[in-house]
Amino acid sequence: MSALFQFLLILLMLNNLALAGVSRLRTLIRQVSVQGVLLALLLMLPGAQQFNFEHLLLAIAVLLIKGIGFPILLRRTLGKISGDPQVEPWLSCGLSVLACMAGLAFSLWFEGRLPIQPGLFPSLLLPAALMTLFCGLILVVGRRKALSQVIGYLIAENGIFLLGIPLMSEETVWFELTILLDVFVAVFVMGIAINHISKTFESIDVGRFCSLRD
Amino acid sequence: MVCLLVSLLLLGCSAILTGGIALLPVTARTTRAANIAGPAGAVTGCLLGLYAAAGGDWSAAATLTLPWGLPIGSCVLGLDLLTRLFLLPVFGLGAVCALAGGISLRHTDPGTHNLGAHWFFYLLLLLGMALVMTSRDAVMFMIAWEIMSLAPFFLIDFNDGDRLVRDASWVYLIAAHLGAVLLIAFFALLWQQGGDTSFAYLSTLLPGRCTPVLFVLAVLGFGAKAGLAPLHVWLPEAHPAAPSHVSALLSGAMINAGLYGIIRSLDFFGPHHTFPAWWGWLLLFLGLATGIMGILKAMAQTHLKRMLAYSSVENMGLMLMGTGIGLIGIASDNAWIAVLGFAGSLLHMLNHAAFKALLFLCAGEILHAVGTVRMDQLGGLQKRLPMVGWLFALGAVAIACLPPLNGFAGELVLILSLVKGTALAGVENQLGLFTALTGLALISGLAAATYSKAYGTSFLGEPRTGFAASAVSPAWPTLLPLCIPALVCVVVGLAAPLLFANVADTALDILRLPLAQRAQAEAGIASCGAALSTTTVLGLACAALTLLFVLLRRRRLGNSPVRPASTWGCGYQFATPRIQYTDASFSEPTAKLFSSAMGLKASRQRDDSYFPQHGQFVLSAPDRLRTHLFTPLFEGVERACNALKIVQHGKIHLYILYILATVVALLIWGLHA
Repeated sequence: MSALFQFLLILLMLNNLALAGVSRLRTLIRQVSVQGVLLALLLMLPGAQQFNFEHLLLAIAVLLIKGIGFPILLRRTLGKISGDPQVEPWLSCGLSVLACMAGLAFSLWFEGRLPIQPGLFPSLLLPAALMTLFCGLILVVGRRKALSQVIGYLIAENGIFLLGIPLMSEETVWFELTILLDVFVAVFVMGIAINHISKTFESIDVGRFCSLRD
Repeated sequence: MVCLLVSLLLLGCSAILTGGIALLPVTARTTRAANIAGPAGAVTGCLLGLYAAAGGDWSAAATLTLPWGLPIGSCVLGLDLLTRLFLLPVFGLGAVCALAGGISLRHTDPGTHNLGAHWFFYLLLLLGMALVMTSRDAVMFMIAWEIMSLAPFFLIDFNDGDRLVRDASWVYLIAAHLGAVLLIAFFALLWQQGGDTSFAYLSTLLPGRCTPVLFVLAVLGFGAKAGLAPLHVWLPEAHPAAPSHVSALLSGAMINAGLYGIIRSLDFFGPHHTFPAWWGWLLLFLGLATGIMGILKAMAQTHLKRMLAYSSVENMGLMLMGTGIGLIGIASDNAWIAVLGFAGSLLHMLNHAAFKALLFLCAGEILHAVGTVRMDQLGGLQKRLPMVGWLFALGAVAIACLPPLNGFAGELVLILSLVKGTALAGVENQLGLFTALTGLALISGLAAATYSKAYGTSFLGEPRTGFAASAVSPAWPTLLPLCIPALVCVVVGLAAPLLFANVADTALDILRLPLAQRAQAEAGIASCGAALSTTTVLGLACAALTLLFVLLRRRRLGNSPVRPASTWGCGYQFATPRIQYTDASFSEPTAKLFSSAMGLKASRQRDDSYFPQHGQFVLSAPDRLRTHLFTPLFEGVERACNALKIVQHGKIHLYILYILATVVALLIWGLHA
């Protein structure tokens, strides 16, 4: 089982690199959906903690929200806002992949130095989580479209979620809070922000927000 | 304890109900419903709370632990002597001010004010104050403190159409949160030292290296709420702006939370005998400075409510002086001084709540009848609003600490504690307490002068404006809520020994004296109790004598014709109100002595021609600490923030890059730390 867990983590890292490298919004959404499914699978495997019924419920919730719900919502939003389906990077796709790899290198270096309780994190989980976090932030920083920034936020949040897996048996309240964060993304960022930005400014290019500063 | 819990629940439910009404479209019907539901909920909750605090065995302590959904902290409510004492003004004034507010707001125009929201925040303030006094956990305490600090912002902002009112509420909000920041630092440090947030655990901590820092943080953080100079700047802004029943509650009950916090936090600094003497001296002289500054500024004011606000600063100064004396007594192992210092402070706190609420509510009635509370536009109100005049006079006598009313009792205990200073070792200590005694005497004298001015210029003489001349007395039922604090002033003044016994028990409970010093403390209490009994007897004799003279006068004048003449006519044939003493001329002798401390600003416009036509003399007293300390300070902060706008360019993705860089830097820093 542990080998399968490791395999899934490596898949997740590759998925992160792919997320940093794609240039089409539709593919980006597909990759996010893959990441959601991977997260749900990771939760179901007993690699990190004792399996129980609550974890199964949580995994189903993650699958429904991150694997299916968000991609559908994102795709619908993409359909509504007509225009260029490209991500329009500030940071080119190649550089983003490089930055993501630098994030991975930093995470591996960091794991070796972090004074954590031995056995708390299964190997590769911490670097994979940190890399996901960095990948999300790189997408937020390096992309021009508001939609890809929402996706970046979602990926960063996935990273935080992964970091919390080993702590899951200790405190469930933090997990409930991360689910709440997901709902926040769904309701606030997508429903209100993008529709309004699109209606008001006829564009979701965040580069044009500069005129809104005081 | 159950009664207290029911009272809190009742306040909470009433807050939800009025909050619900606030969300409905504002009509005459919802306004009326809110103005009935709010005061009714507040009065019922407060009466239950009063029963919980004062009923039953006074010395009984109880705690109650309730479920708490947060990962840190716990929900523990406690009721001990200190809490009981501080709950009395909260619930007492909560009920009185709710009644007065309900009456004064009954004709509110639904188009201008949402009374549902007003009563929602009023009830929230009551709930916050009660929770601050009863919570026994740092996290819960801070949450309650925030509720208590935020609610007044919306209450002060009641007349938000006025720019000055909006400014005042912002000043309040900033001052409240600067204090809260210091308190968060205080509790975070305590938490770091102990590893737990419950008061029961924190009170077992031993003094460490951080303890002096903790003490200073507590004094500044709680002092900002109490109005300790120079953090008092919000009081003279907020009180004139707020509706009078809110001012009365804030001044009589909320600022006491600062004193409560200081006294409660003494538990967290280790065993009391380890307290260094400088803590006491610091509090004593900060209190003295606050008191003198407060009363001098009060004397310089023309606006009645602003004067009352400065007077609250002065009275908080006296209470802090008492706490300082208590700490000096602890440090010098003199139980007599210690117990009387704390008892004086607590007794004065209770008395201040009664007379300050009475005076603010009277100011509200004047505002309602005349339309202004600027003393230079009042005058002659005793004839027009006789009942309000008598009540104000009673409050003024009480606050000027004249016997036999309650103000005198508190001050007498403070004086008796200072007089015992001769028993301290070291001439510098004796000199210090003697200086404080002189300062206390100065404050009392100035307070008497200030309130003579306030009563004299507002109620005596001839009306200075048409508004004052046409003032109509309110119907007597509307004055009923004012009679309650007035009655308390008289009854507590005459029954001071009884109340003092309870207050002294509380002081003993705070001190936790070793058995060896207990006898000395008891002797101090007995001596002070005897002095108070003598005052009561003398006071009763004075009252009887006054009554006798009144009856005698009435009998002598029974059949003689009485010719009315203009008050303070001074024999002039055609006296006009313009030749009367004004508030500025009343305070001029004091201003000559203390003009720099009073911060008086005079501007003259004189017509120097041979036949002068028009001249003007304006005397104002702006708060110099605000104009010379806080305004430049905040302007500097604003300049620094503006300089930082280079990094605020509006490119959101770069903002997030800042976050990313900070996260990575913090991670690396965390590794090395």
